[in-house]
Amino acid sequence: MVLQRIVKPKTQKGKRFLEGREPKVIESTKSAIFVKGGNTSITVTEALKELYILKKPNAVSYKRKNILRPFEDETPLEFFAKKSDAALFAFGCHSKKRPDNLILGRMFDFHVLDMFELGIEKFKSMYAMQGAKCNMGSKPCLLFCGEAFDQDAEHKRLKNLFIDFFRGPVISQVRLAGLEHVIQITSLDGKILLRNYKIMMKKSGSKTPRVELDDMGPSIDFVIRRTKLASDDLYKRSLRQPKTVKPRKRKNISQNAFGSKLGRIHMDKQDLGKLQTRKMKGLKKRKSAKSKDSVTQPKVVKETNGPPKAKRAKKTVE
Amino acid sequence: MADLVEQVLAKEIEKQANYKTIEVTKDIDLEIDEGNLLAVDTNPFDIRKYKSKRDVCLKDLARDNAQLLINRIFQLPTEKEDGVVVVKVPKARAFTKWEEYAQMKGIQNKKRSKMVWDEQTKEHSQGTENKKYDYRNIARVQQTKVPGVGLTPTDAPSKDHVSKALAVAKRSTASVGKFTDSLRKEKPSKFTGKKRKFEENYGNLKNETSKQLDILQKLKNKEPVVDVARAVNTQMMEENSESSGKTPNRGKSKGFGGGKKGKGGPKGSFKGGKGFKGGRGGKGGGGGRGGYTVASNFLRNLVYFYSK
Repeated sequence: MVLQRIVKPKTQKGKRFLEGREPKVIESTKSAIFVKGGNTSITVTEALKELYILKKPNAVSYKRKNILRPFEDETPLEFFAKKSDAALFAFGCHSKKRPDNLILGRMFDFHVLDMFELGIEKFKSMYAMQGAKCNMGSKPCLLFCGEAFDQDAEHKRLKNLFIDFFRGPVISQVRLAGLEHVIQITSLDGKILLRNYKIMMKKSGSKTPRVELDDMGPSIDFVIRRTKLASDDLYKRSLRQPKTVKPRKRKNISQNAFGSKLGRIHMDKQDLGKLQTRKMKGLKKRKSAKSKDSVTQPKVVKETNGPPKAKRAKKTVE
Repeated sequence: MADLVEQVLAKEIEKQANYKTIEVTKDIDLEIDEGNLLAVDTNPFDIRKYKSKRDVCLKDLARDNAQLLINRIFQLPTEKEDGVVVVKVPKARAFTKWEEYAQMKGIQNKKRSKMVWDEQTKEHSQGTENKKYDYRNIARVQQTKVPGVGLTPTDAPSKDHVSKALAVAKRSTASVGKFTDSLRKEKPSKFTGKKRKFEENYGNLKNETSKQLDILQKLKNKEPVVDVARAVNTQMMEENSESSGKTPNRGKSKGFGGGKKGKGGPKGSFKGGKGFKGGRGGKGGGGGRGGYTVASNFLRNLVYFYSK
């Protein structure tokens, strides 16, 4: 067992670069790599290319062939992901046994978390469809249809992966006119159907527009082949967020209807024995009584009613 | 006046008639996450219809769902930023009423069942933690030893866990870790210690003689060694049982640290003011309530004495 030596960056630029790659409290947008296998068909190449177009500002397309088999050995893919700082990957290949194969997956800590092997059964390119295409980098609306996405564990994870893959940047506000792209993923009799539409907003006589859709493409019909899902504890760990992300609970502070801040405070019961009343000579403590037995006598017995004996006894036992 | 109202209403109706509706009804409501612009539809399909005209049906379905999503997004409060109408989307899904209540009360409705669903065999089986105890119980009955379950994966491994994992990993070779190199600053493992210690076969005669002589000394000296604390404890117990007229039931005492017999109990009680603490120790010592009452009686007497 030999520890791997960690090389420190020599230049400021290098240091900054590595800091950019480090895990962050709030992660940057996930990017995807699109890798061609050793042997690919036209369908797979086109599918990869068009998915790349959909994903574009956050995507890297690998131009050369890379002979890998992610389900047998995932290390080369992990290496690529690390090189391109990508959390998502799409790998396309074609063989007699598995024709038109597309593997979609994601990484956690630059190791494959889960991946799905999808066979392309039907493919319709976006160039084969007439009509306008959406702008690059617009955040798509995601629609999932089908009971399977709610029931089957594998489908649930696939849905999660698709959301991760296509959702793009995490936003705090959205431009209403910029909603122009819909990705619909349907699970219908054992197949996964991916459809892309462009939204056209029409007048409806009210503030909310009437939505009409236009085919934009690509349209792909998938069948699920092999899968590799993360174990539950690894999956759980990948979901964990640092404490600093979660907002701290504000206790005992509220606001009323007029917007003024109200605080609730808790106080101890007031000790009336210590209450400063009018000072009189007659009520002063006498010195002689105090100094006699200071160990057992409680300090404050002056203005309480009840027998002093009992009081004393209680104090000491407590 | 009434005419005008009617006119406006009629115009409005006419206007509505010109446009297609934006309302969509679904049997099961969609789950909508505005932050991700996501809608999940779990309504079942009419499969026959989908077989004949699949793409048309899919497009209609997509339109309806997209309409529902957009209806929801357009309902959010709008703002104008640089002349562009934007909508602030909520970060995460809002809590339901029950979730809010459960969080407030700290209710976790996750049952920690001893049966766990096994995804591979598709049936319920015992969880690892439960199985571990199960093996241990069986082993205890048969009076044999079982190997540990090993290291179960944990969410956040502690330092101890990691060092244990290291110790296990080092020994997990064909030669049981004989040829495994140690790390640079590795400390000797806590988990592979020597179990028994034997005397050397020869040498150190001095030690042996002193040991033997010690035994002889003990045999010769017939006076028993007195455990003062224990003696005082029993004495106090007897006194107490006499005064209350009951026999103290030793068996039932649930004292904390019951193994230690009456240590510390009486010691404290003679120190006057701090006596209470000592009395408590006595309770733990299997002496039942005796220690406590005697101590407090003693205290009361003391107080009485002082108050005089």
